[in-house]
Amino acid sequence: MHNSPDFKIPIGPQHPALKEPESFSVALKGEKILGVDIRLGYNHRGIEKAAEERSYVQDIYLIERVCGICSHSHATCFVQAVEEIAGLAVPARALYIRTIIGELERIHSHLLWLGVAGHEIGFDTLLMYSWRDREVVMDILATITGNRVNYGMNTIGGVRRDIDAPQAEAILNALTILEERTKYYIEIATEETTIIKRLSGVGVLSREDVLRLDAVGPTARASGVKRDVRVDDPYAAYAELSFDVITDNHADVYGRTVVRVKELLESCKIIRQALKNLPQGPIAIRAPRKIPAGEALSRYEAPRGEDVHYVKANGTEKPERVKIRAPTLANVQAVKHMLRDRFLADMPIVVAAIDPCFSCTDRMVALKEQAGGRAKVINWQALHNFSIEWHKQRGIDFAPLNKKLKERLAR
Amino acid sequence: MASHEEEIREDLIKKFSYLEGCVNIVRPRRIAIEVSPDNFTPVFAYLAKDLQFSHLCTITGLDEPEKLGFIYHLAADSGVLVNLKTAVPKNNPVIKTVTPYFPGAEIYERELADLFGVKVEGLPAGHRYPLTDDWPKNEFPLRKDWKVNKNA
Repeated sequence: MHNSPDFKIPIGPQHPALKEPESFSVALKGEKILGVDIRLGYNHRGIEKAAEERSYVQDIYLIERVCGICSHSHATCFVQAVEEIAGLAVPARALYIRTIIGELERIHSHLLWLGVAGHEIGFDTLLMYSWRDREVVMDILATITGNRVNYGMNTIGGVRRDIDAPQAEAILNALTILEERTKYYIEIATEETTIIKRLSGVGVLSREDVLRLDAVGPTARASGVKRDVRVDDPYAAYAELSFDVITDNHADVYGRTVVRVKELLESCKIIRQALKNLPQGPIAIRAPRKIPAGEALSRYEAPRGEDVHYVKANGTEKPERVKIRAPTLANVQAVKHMLRDRFLADMPIVVAAIDPCFSCTDRMVALKEQAGGRAKVINWQALHNFSIEWHKQRGIDFAPLNKKLKERLAR
Repeated sequence: MASHEEEIREDLIKKFSYLEGCVNIVRPRRIAIEVSPDNFTPVFAYLAKDLQFSHLCTITGLDEPEKLGFIYHLAADSGVLVNLKTAVPKNNPVIKTVTPYFPGAEIYERELADLFGVKVEGLPAGHRYPLTDDWPKNEFPLRKDWKVNKNA
C-alpha cells in the first residue's frame, strides 16, 4: 500500500513549507515524488474587483497591499500604467527615488529569502544572521518612508517624500555594512560545503523549461535565462544606471541562491549611483483626478521577478479595469516540474526557492503625534494588554483558562 | 529608417493583409493589435513562433460589456511588448486555449474561466482557479453586472 503509485499525501493548505496558504497533493512511491497537484486561490481577496470601485489614489494604497514584501513593486507598477495613460511627465528626481526604494526593497526581500532558505535546510544560524542584517535595510526604509513595509512613497505623478542629505548619508552608511555582510554571504554560498551539497541538483529547472513555462526573476536567471525588466523594458531611472544582470547556469536551488546573493551587491551598486546622480527638482507633478480614457501595460522587475499591471481608464476618477499578475503566479507552475522524481524531503526548500510571497508586518509600533511631535510608544506588553482588553469587550476572556493552566502547572 | 516597432508592423501586415489599420504603435516598445476571433490563432502563432514573442506575460479579461475582450500580453527579449486583443460575444463566450504554445498559460486561462465565465476550448482538466470548489454556478465576479454586496 505504502509503495503503491496511488499513495497521495496532502501538504497544506495551511503553511506548506512557509507561511502562506497553498495546497499540494503529492503522489509518492516510497520517498520519491511521482507527481504534484497544486491548488491555489486560498488567498484570493478580489483586489482587482475592489480596484474598480475605488479612485485611482485610493487604489495606490489598496494595490500596495497586494504583497507584504514587494509592496513598492506593485504600487510603482500601477502608478506607471496610470501615468502613461494620463501622459504625465514624472520628474526625474521622483524616478530616481522610486528606483532607490525599489532596490532597498529588493535587498530586504532577498535577505529575508536567504534566511528562509537557511531555515528550510536546517541551517538556522544563517536565518539569524541574515535577518539581523536585514534590520539594517528595514531601519533605512523606515527612516525614509516612515514604514517597514507598505511605504506609501508613490503617488500618481511622482513620489510623496523626498530624500534629504542626512537621509542619503544614512543610506550610504547602511550600504557599507550591507555590502560587507553580502560579501560574507557570497562566501558562504560559494564555499560552504553544507550549503553546496544540500542545494546542488535539487529542484532542477532546465533553461528550456524556464522558456516553456514562462518562469520569471531569479528563478529564470538561475537557469541561464537573462530576463530582467530593468534592462529589457526599462522604467524609473534604470536606463541611466549601469549594473549587471546576474545569471547562473546551475539551474537548481543552489543557482537560485547564488543569483540572489549576488543581486544584493548589484542593488547596492544601483543605489549608490542613484544617490550620486540624484537630479535636483520637484518630486511630483500634479495629476488630474479623472484619468482620460486609455489603456497601458506596465512591467516591473520585483524581487521575485516580472510584475505585470494592466490598467484601463474610462475618463472617470475610477479605473475601468485593473489586472495584476504577480511574479509568483508565473513561477508556481514551474514548481510542479521541479519536484517530479525528487525526494519528498526536498519539497520545502524547492517550494521556498521560487521565493513565494508572504507577509511579515508584525512589530512593535511607535506612533508620533503629528501636531505636537510627541512620541507615543506602545511597547510589546502594552500592546498585549490592549489586545486582551479588546477581546474582553467582545466577550472573549481567557483569564479563567489561564488561571486553570497556572494551577495545573503548580501541581 | 524604420524603427524596430515599425518593422514588426510592416512584417505583420505583409503576412496578414487583414491587419491593415489594426496594428497600432502606442509608444516605443508597445504595440497594440486587434483581431477578430477567427483570425486570432494564426496571428498569435506567428507572433509567438516566427517573431520571437516568446514570453506570455499574462492574459487580461475585459467586460466591454456587450462582448468579453481578451488581451494577450506577449513580450520579446528585445523589450517590445504586443497587446494582442480579441473579443467574443458575451452570450456564448468561447476562446481557444494557447497552452500548446505556452503551457504556463494554463493558470491564466483558468482564471479567465472562473472570473469572466469564458469557455476555454482545449484546456486540459484540472483544478479551478482562483475560486472555491463550492462557488455558485454562473457567478462571474469580474463581470460588470456582478456586485460585491449582491449576496451579502
